[in-house]
Amino acid sequence: MRGIEDFRDEVGPTGPVCVRGGGTRWELGGTPAHGSREVRAPAGVVAFDPAEMTVVVGAGTPLGELVEVLAGHGQEVALEGPAGATVGGVLAVGRSSLRRLRVGAVRDALLQADCVGADGSLFKAGGPTVKNVTGYDLCRLLVGSLGTLGLIGQVILRTWPSPERTLWMQGSGTPEAVRNLCYRPSSVLWDGRRVSVCLEGYGEDVEAEAAALGSHLGLEVVATAPTLPPHRSRWTGRLAEGSLLEVGTGVVHGPVEEPAPEPGPGVAALAARIRSGFDPGGRLNPGRDPYRIAA
Amino acid sequence: MWWTRRRSTDPLTRDLEAAIGADSVEGGASARLLYSRDGSIIRGGKAGVVCLPGSTEQVAACVRIARAHGRAFVPRGAGTGLTGGAVPCDDPVVIATTRMDRILEVDVDRRIAWVEPGVVNLDLTSHLAGTGLHFAPDPSSQQACSIGGNVANNSGGPHCLLYGVTSVHVTAVEVVLPDGEVVVLGEEEGDAVGYDLRGAFVGGEGTLGIATRIAVRLTPDPPEVRTLLLDFTTIEEAAETVSAVIAAGIVPAALELMDQQVVQAVEPFADAGYPLDAAAVLIVELDGLPAGAAREAESVAAVARECGARTVRIAEDEEERARIWKGRKGAFGAIANIKPSYYLHDTVIPRTRLAEVVTGVNAIAERHGLIVMNVFHAGDGNLHPLLVFDHREPGVMDHVFAAGEEIVRLSLEVGGVLSGEHGIGLEKRRFMPLLFSPEDLAAQRALRDAFDPDGVANPHKVLPSGASCGDVQDLPEIPEGVWV
Repeated sequence: MRGIEDFRDEVGPTGPVCVRGGGTRWELGGTPAHGSREVRAPAGVVAFDPAEMTVVVGAGTPLGELVEVLAGHGQEVALEGPAGATVGGVLAVGRSSLRRLRVGAVRDALLQADCVGADGSLFKAGGPTVKNVTGYDLCRLLVGSLGTLGLIGQVILRTWPSPERTLWMQGSGTPEAVRNLCYRPSSVLWDGRRVSVCLEGYGEDVEAEAAALGSHLGLEVVATAPTLPPHRSRWTGRLAEGSLLEVGTGVVHGPVEEPAPEPGPGVAALAARIRSGFDPGGRLNPGRDPYRIAA
Repeated sequence: MWWTRRRSTDPLTRDLEAAIGADSVEGGASARLLYSRDGSIIRGGKAGVVCLPGSTEQVAACVRIARAHGRAFVPRGAGTGLTGGAVPCDDPVVIATTRMDRILEVDVDRRIAWVEPGVVNLDLTSHLAGTGLHFAPDPSSQQACSIGGNVANNSGGPHCLLYGVTSVHVTAVEVVLPDGEVVVLGEEEGDAVGYDLRGAFVGGEGTLGIATRIAVRLTPDPPEVRTLLLDFTTIEEAAETVSAVIAAGIVPAALELMDQQVVQAVEPFADAGYPLDAAAVLIVELDGLPAGAAREAESVAAVARECGARTVRIAEDEEERARIWKGRKGAFGAIANIKPSYYLHDTVIPRTRLAEVVTGVNAIAERHGLIVMNVFHAGDGNLHPLLVFDHREPGVMDHVFAAGEEIVRLSLEVGGVLSGEHGIGLEKRRFMPLLFSPEDLAAQRALRDAFDPDGVANPHKVLPSGASCGDVQDLPEIPEGVWV
C-alpha cells in the first residue's frame, strides 16, 4: 500500500501542488491555479481499534469505505460528505455533518494529522489520544483550510458509538417548540414554517420523544432527511424563501449562491500571516482560499 | 480621599497608570511577588508590574504600552494553572483579568453566554441555575479557576469525557492580539468563515493574545443521571473495567478512578462510603434520556462484575450522588494527611493500556521510594499520578523529578501524549521534543509567530527554546494547594 512517505516524495519540495480527493467539491473556494501539479493522499484504513474508539486512515480513503469499516463495529465518525468524497477532502473543506448537534463538529473529530508541509517534509499535528493539550491545536486549524497550510496525508480520527435508532420527523412547528420537547435532537431544520427533526439514541428514548413531538406538535415520521437546497450561507437572522436553517449551527441551505462574508481587517491580516507562515512560497493549493467559502 | 497614592517614578508604570488608572496598576514588591507564581511547583518567576484592567480597551492599552517600553506581557487568570503558564519570566507586564468578571449576556433560547475572562468557572453554572442549562467544562479547580484560564489551557474535567474539552464549548472569543489589535475569532453559532482561528487560539496558553470576551455554548442539563460506585480488589481490574466499558460501546458522562491511597485519604472527610479496603474504586456517571441511562447503567454494572468488581453501588438520590463526587473533587485537600508535599503529573495514554501503565507508574514510584496516589480521568486515559513526599527529606527532590520524567517517558512509550488538560507551560516544554520532531515544532512555531511575530506574548512558554526563563529553575519548591 502507498504510504505517507510515498505521498511526501510525490509532493516534493518545489513547484505548486494541489491535492485531489474525490473531486466532489473541486471548485469550492476557487479552482487550483493553472499549472499546479495534482497529488493524491494515500488511501486505506490503516488501523481501527474499536475499544479505543480511534481509527488511523489515509486521507485519500473514500469516506464511504471508512464508514463501512466503522459500522461493522457499531461505530461512526463525525465526517459527512457527498458520495465519492474522501476523508481528507471532508477535513479540508471542514463542513460538519447535518447531525452535528449529536456527533459534533468535524474539527472536533481530528486527533492527529500527518501532513506534508510546504518545504516537502512531513509534520505531525496533534496526537493519537482522545484528549490532548500538548502544544498548539494545529488540528482544528487544518480542518477547513483547503490544504493551504499543509497537505493532509494520514489522520487519526475519534469515533463514537452509532445510535441504536435514528428517526426523522417533519411538520408545522418552530425550533423553540421542538427544543422544549426534546433533550438533544441530532438535527433541527426549519424553513420558517415547517420543522424537521432528527431523533437518535436508544430505541425507547427515541420513541418517547417522537410520541411527544407527534402529540404536541403533530409532527410525523418521514423516511429520510429532507432534501437540502444546493447552496450554503451563514445565518443572518432572516430566512429567504426556499431556504432551510440548520438550527444551532449558523448554516442556511438555500437555493441561491451567496458570497462569503468579508472578514474584518484584523482577522484577514492574521489569516494572511498564518498562510504565508506555513507556506511562504504559496505552493500549497494556490488559487484556493477558505475565505471564499460562504459557509 | 485624605491620602494620595504616591505616583510611580518608573516611566512604564506611569504610562500604565495614566491609561488604566493608578488603582489598577500594582508595582510594589508584595504584588510583584504574589504574581510571580501560579498553582504550579515552579518558583523563581519575576513580575515587572501588575495590571488589573477592567475592559477590553484597557487590556489593549496595557499591551500597547508594554510593547512601547520594549517589554513582554504575561496574561493571567485566577492563577490556578499547574504548569507555570502564568509564571512571569524576566520582568514582563503581568495582565491579570480577574477584575473582568461580568457575565455579559445569557441567551437561554440559543444556549449561548458571553462572559468576561475573569468569570469563575463554577459561577457561570451557578448563575444559570433554573434555566436547565450549564457550562460543561468542569475542571476540579472550578470553584477558583476563571473561564479565561480555561480558554488559555483548553481545560478539561471529569465530564469532558462525553461533553468535550473547553474548545468544544467556546464558540467565539474576542482577543487582544499581541500587537494590541482587537479581533473576534469564531462565531456564536457554527463556524466562522475561513481558518478556525478560534480553535487555534484556544489552548494557546496566553502566547497568542489575551481573551477579553468569550462566547460559550451552554449545555442542557440531562433529564436522567445515574452515578455508580464500583470497587475492586486490584487496580488492574478497575483499569480493565474502564477499557471494557468503552469497548462495549458506552461513553459515560464521566469515568473516574481512585486508588486505595486516595480512597483512604478522602473517605474520613467525604463520608462517601468508599470501601477502605478496596484497591481501587471507579465512579461512573451515565446521563441522558431515562431509558438509555438505565440501560447503560445496567451494562456498566454487568461489565464491571465480569471484570471482577466486588460491589456495584448506584446512588439512590442526589444527596448520595453529591457525596460520591465530593470525595473525588476534594481528593487533593486530603493528601496533606499523608505527607506534606506533592507533585502532580498529567499525561494521556491510550485507554486500552491503563492497567499496564498504572502498574508501571506504581513501580516507578516504588523504585524511587516515593508514595504515588492515582486519581484520574480514566475514561479518556488521562492519568494524574501524584507523587507524595516530604520535601525536607534530603535528596528526595531528585527522586521526585526523576520519577516524574520516567512517568512521562512511559506514557509516551505506549503511544501517549504529554498533557491532557494542564498544558505545557514552563514545566513540560523540555519534553516537547520527545513527542514532536523539529518539523512538527516548526509548524507550531509558525502558528505562534503568525499571532505574535515579535515574541512578546508570554515568552518562553509551550515551545522549547534554548533561552532560560529568568531565575526560574527546573527544581522548584512545593505548592501549597493544587487541584486536578
